[in-house]
Amino acid sequence: MIGSIDPILLIASLMVASTPILLAALGELVVEKAGVLNLGVEGMMITGAIAGFIAAVETGSPFAGFVAAAAAGAALSLIFALLTQFLLSNQVATGLALTLFGIGFSALIGQGYTGIRPPATPRLDLGPLSDLPVIGPILFRHDPMVYVSLALVVAVGLFLRRSRAGLILRAVGESHDAAHALGYKVVRIRILAILFGGACAGLGGAYLSLVRVPQWTEGMTAGAGWIALAIVVFASWRPGRVLAGAYLFGGVTVLQLNLQAAGVAIPVQYLSMAPYLITILVLVVISADRSRAALNAPAALGKSFHASS
Amino acid sequence: MTGVEQLGDRPELLAVEGLTKAYPGVVANSDVSFTVAEGEIHALLGENGAGKSTLVKTIYGLVRPDSGQMRMSGAPFAPAEPRAARAAGVAMVFQHFSLFEALTVAENVALGMERPPPQRALSARIRDVSEAYGLPLDPARLVGDLSAGERQRVEIIRCLLQEPRLLIMDEPTSVLTPQEVGILFATLRKLSAEGTAILYISHKLEEIRALCDSATILRRGKVVATCTPREKTARDLAELMVGETLTPPARPAPAEWEGPPALEVSGLTVASPMPFGTSLKGIGFTVKRGEVLGIAGVAGNGQDELLLALSGELRSAPEMVRAAGHPVGQEGPNERRRRGFVSAPEERLGHAAAPAMSLVENALLSGAIRRGLVRRGFVDWRRTRAFAAEVVQDYDVRTPGTHVAARALSGGNLQKFVIGRELSQQPAVIVVNQPTWGVDAAAAAAIRQVLLDRAAEGAAVVVISQDLDELLEIADRFAALNEGRLSAPRPVQGLTVEEIGLMMGGAHGMHAAAGDAGEHLHAQA
Amino acid sequence: MLRLERRPTPSRLWTAATPVLAVIATMIAGGLLFALLGKPPVEAIRTIFWDPLFGQYASYSRPQLLVKAGPLILIAIGLSLGFRAQVWNIGAEGQYIMGALFGAAVGLAAYPADSVLLLPAMAVAGACGGFLWAMIPAILKTRFNTNEILVSLMLVYVAQHMMSAASFGLLRNPEGMGFPGSRNFQQYPAAFNGELIPGTGMHWGVVAAFCAVIGAYVLLSRHILGFQIRVAGEAPRAARFAGVSPALLTSVCLGISGALAGLAGLFEVTGPAGQITTDFASGYGFTAIIVAFLGRLNPFGILLAGLLMALTYIGGELAQLMLNLPAAAIQAFQGMLLFFLLAFDVLANFRLRLAKGARA
Repeated sequence: MIGSIDPILLIASLMVASTPILLAALGELVVEKAGVLNLGVEGMMITGAIAGFIAAVETGSPFAGFVAAAAAGAALSLIFALLTQFLLSNQVATGLALTLFGIGFSALIGQGYTGIRPPATPRLDLGPLSDLPVIGPILFRHDPMVYVSLALVVAVGLFLRRSRAGLILRAVGESHDAAHALGYKVVRIRILAILFGGACAGLGGAYLSLVRVPQWTEGMTAGAGWIALAIVVFASWRPGRVLAGAYLFGGVTVLQLNLQAAGVAIPVQYLSMAPYLITILVLVVISADRSRAALNAPAALGKSFHASS
Repeated sequence: MTGVEQLGDRPELLAVEGLTKAYPGVVANSDVSFTVAEGEIHALLGENGAGKSTLVKTIYGLVRPDSGQMRMSGAPFAPAEPRAARAAGVAMVFQHFSLFEALTVAENVALGMERPPPQRALSARIRDVSEAYGLPLDPARLVGDLSAGERQRVEIIRCLLQEPRLLIMDEPTSVLTPQEVGILFATLRKLSAEGTAILYISHKLEEIRALCDSATILRRGKVVATCTPREKTARDLAELMVGETLTPPARPAPAEWEGPPALEVSGLTVASPMPFGTSLKGIGFTVKRGEVLGIAGVAGNGQDELLLALSGELRSAPEMVRAAGHPVGQEGPNERRRRGFVSAPEERLGHAAAPAMSLVENALLSGAIRRGLVRRGFVDWRRTRAFAAEVVQDYDVRTPGTHVAARALSGGNLQKFVIGRELSQQPAVIVVNQPTWGVDAAAAAAIRQVLLDRAAEGAAVVVISQDLDELLEIADRFAALNEGRLSAPRPVQGLTVEEIGLMMGGAHGMHAAAGDAGEHLHAQA
Repeated sequence: MLRLERRPTPSRLWTAATPVLAVIATMIAGGLLFALLGKPPVEAIRTIFWDPLFGQYASYSRPQLLVKAGPLILIAIGLSLGFRAQVWNIGAEGQYIMGALFGAAVGLAAYPADSVLLLPAMAVAGACGGFLWAMIPAILKTRFNTNEILVSLMLVYVAQHMMSAASFGLLRNPEGMGFPGSRNFQQYPAAFNGELIPGTGMHWGVVAAFCAVIGAYVLLSRHILGFQIRVAGEAPRAARFAGVSPALLTSVCLGISGALAGLAGLFEVTGPAGQITTDFASGYGFTAIIVAFLGRLNPFGILLAGLLMALTYIGGELAQLMLNLPAAAIQAFQGMLLFFLLAFDVLANFRLRLAKGARA
């Protein structure tokens, strides 16, 4: 029974299962580092999922699908940006609105697209690397988006740690008043971060509908956006740890799916709860260690900025 | 050294002509004009709310004036943003620091520069410049772990690395011990000798007399005088600044009261609840009925935590705090209020008062217990309204009514409301932090007077303040907080400024840039 | 250029007017959306907002108004207390499900009891179910400082799987010929929460909702706990200064909202829904978030907002029938309403001003 699970395939599919949340969590990490809490990740992901799906089906090109998904995620996040940055609405409430709207809106425009298969996303041919035993199937036989997401981890890490723009972004997230006093455009920087976060969430959603599943069903993100939010907290706002968190979560998901398929004598419903319960457990472990969680949390997270002087 | 008589020879650096800036309901600056010469140390003197901050923000490009113009070395100067001002050679050290606690010193400095060198080169330069000006700093440390004095050094270094022509300093000494003030003045004089002009904003008259070549005095947004401060007495300057003569608070004759000390603190050790806060370490003192204990200290040395530990918002072991002999360390704010504790935290909006709530609701905030405003869990709004009206009436709070939100009041009026709310509760123990911070002189005098009146009626009073003059004026005994520890309290009579400075922690490891810091200290005292 | 200027005191006029503006704006934007979908915009809006009350089938749809509004109001009242205190319980859907499960379990365990005390006992069990489910994020928040938003939301998914497990396993109807789902409460008189006044849609859940509105009003305007909830949301440090324990307040807010959501779930499963099934959860817990904000977190505002939102549900179903409008449209419509509300909210706290031309 359990012996029927192939560990190599398991690890390979773990990477695929983790990619949507990894992308969304990386985007949200940048948003939160700028001091903005966007709880609309779920809504942006599912909008990206349907927008990418439609674009890929209509053009026949998965690449066009991913571009459209990023654009759709960014467009939706722009609503959040306008509301929270110019109209100073509550970030928690606005993020929730984004999620509720995104779920409804995606179901609305996705009406005619259920039950269709999208064009297949080709795997990257890495020649001899892909033929390596064990390592080959695990690491070198994926579609390009898996590698894009890994490159993005490195890029976001370097951007935040090493670049001046990253320093300014962190400064804005730390104290918008101080950043404003030094003459930095707090609102503009935050809007750019929010758009980046939206685009990443859109990509993550499209990966779900174009590669991982691959088809369109209403509400298909099933909490992936929320788990991405949890992973940012789990990672104490560090890109490397986001990778670890996403892969851990992906591992749990893949394992429970494999156990279901292998027909383990636990009702399916209880296995399906596992990813959510593990997320809660991990959150508890991380937040219980107050000193560490507090150290990296952006100090201005979730606070509205209004230059009143 | 630089003398006033040389001023005429120096070329003009900054000229401000007819600046006017109005906000809804208040004219912050009205037709303000003055000039600063190269290398001059020029004071902007004025009370809280006189318009000093708006004026310097205009020069630094943070505020656009409604009318008027500025010139920098003869050329028109109208910075649209701080970047433009910095490019023109203006640098500013803020009163409320523009620093980022979770970032390192080097990162903070880099953020204040237009084109910072790579981190490693920048760290080296920070070390060089900070040593040269007697302001040692470790570029790799997190700013959140630094003391208030060290944070100011970060700001100053950040400015100096840009080699500014005009350095603006907004109330720089409020976070320094007397010894540190001496060292700062030495640094500023060195800069001035090198040709950097300094615009020095303060309401402390002796400092300005000791340091500045000339002074522009503001009152209610207007220039009321321009003078050479050394040629004036502190009293003259005060009258120009305030516009009236103020009488120091009257001290009623002390009375002897029976019974155990109203407040006893011994071995008080608690961790700070705030990130980058200061933990309290083994604090001990007693305050008798009718006595005023003054607690000095540079900002961030545990003042907030001490107030929280006394008000009950931060709990400790029971016997660490005793009220009239009873251990109360574990009791919360309301249990302590039942015992007669009242307190007024430093932060008025958000801590002592809820900004968007009305004065009536804010009266209920801390008055519910001692004024009997709640019965069986239900609020008696009629009595609460009456209480709020009483405070407004008795403490001369200027407001259209008790229905307005706390944030609609000016800082001074809100402080009067907060102090009045606490002192109208027949307190046995009063703890206040920065009771007159940001309050105009007349209101400050009134607040000090009521504190003394309550002491005369038998309350034990603890005043935590960064204003040494205030403490020396109203306290019977004096102690200072330094890194979460409290010095042994001493009678105010006979204390010298040096002794006070040492109690506050002395120079905190700084050394003078040029000459002997002690010399400047004497000049100031 | 427009510029925002903070009002010294929040405007009461605008606080009351913004929901109305938001509804109007949503009608216009929704009409445009429907036009894009190729539906007649005016007719669609009329079908949603007018026909359920006064149209051809009004006699059928009017009672539905209370049936749908009841749970929305009941849940939103609980949520509003937490939202005021900045305690973000967004897992009401999970608490709603758990309330239904707990309450139904008590009723089904007693089958075929015939006691007037059965429904009250089930109501208590339902409230307990929601309460306990909400105490999970509350305890994790107060003990370990774990984010209550994420935990309460994760628990929605867990509850949904529990519901599915129960309808396949523990609570499955033994006489149901193997189909998933519990016994139907409509055929179980002692446990059935039927219409109290025929033709109105009024059932015990609606009564509970009205009681909750009045209770919340008294709590917020007269009781010190309500005051503490308001201060905690307004200025957390001031609340601590006033002696409020943040941990206790978090537990109280989550507990009340959980219990009310659980109660709503119980009255739904024993009444309009009739049985535990895999698709029992209908999103009331999420829509109630919109209701709470649309009602300005004010009890009577929530009453009106709940009725309005119920109207859009019924109108949406009608539009589905009459105009072939997709079911999801109404969800997007509700989300849009919340956007507009949040956008117009700025007017309560800020004044719009025309900035003067830049002069230096």
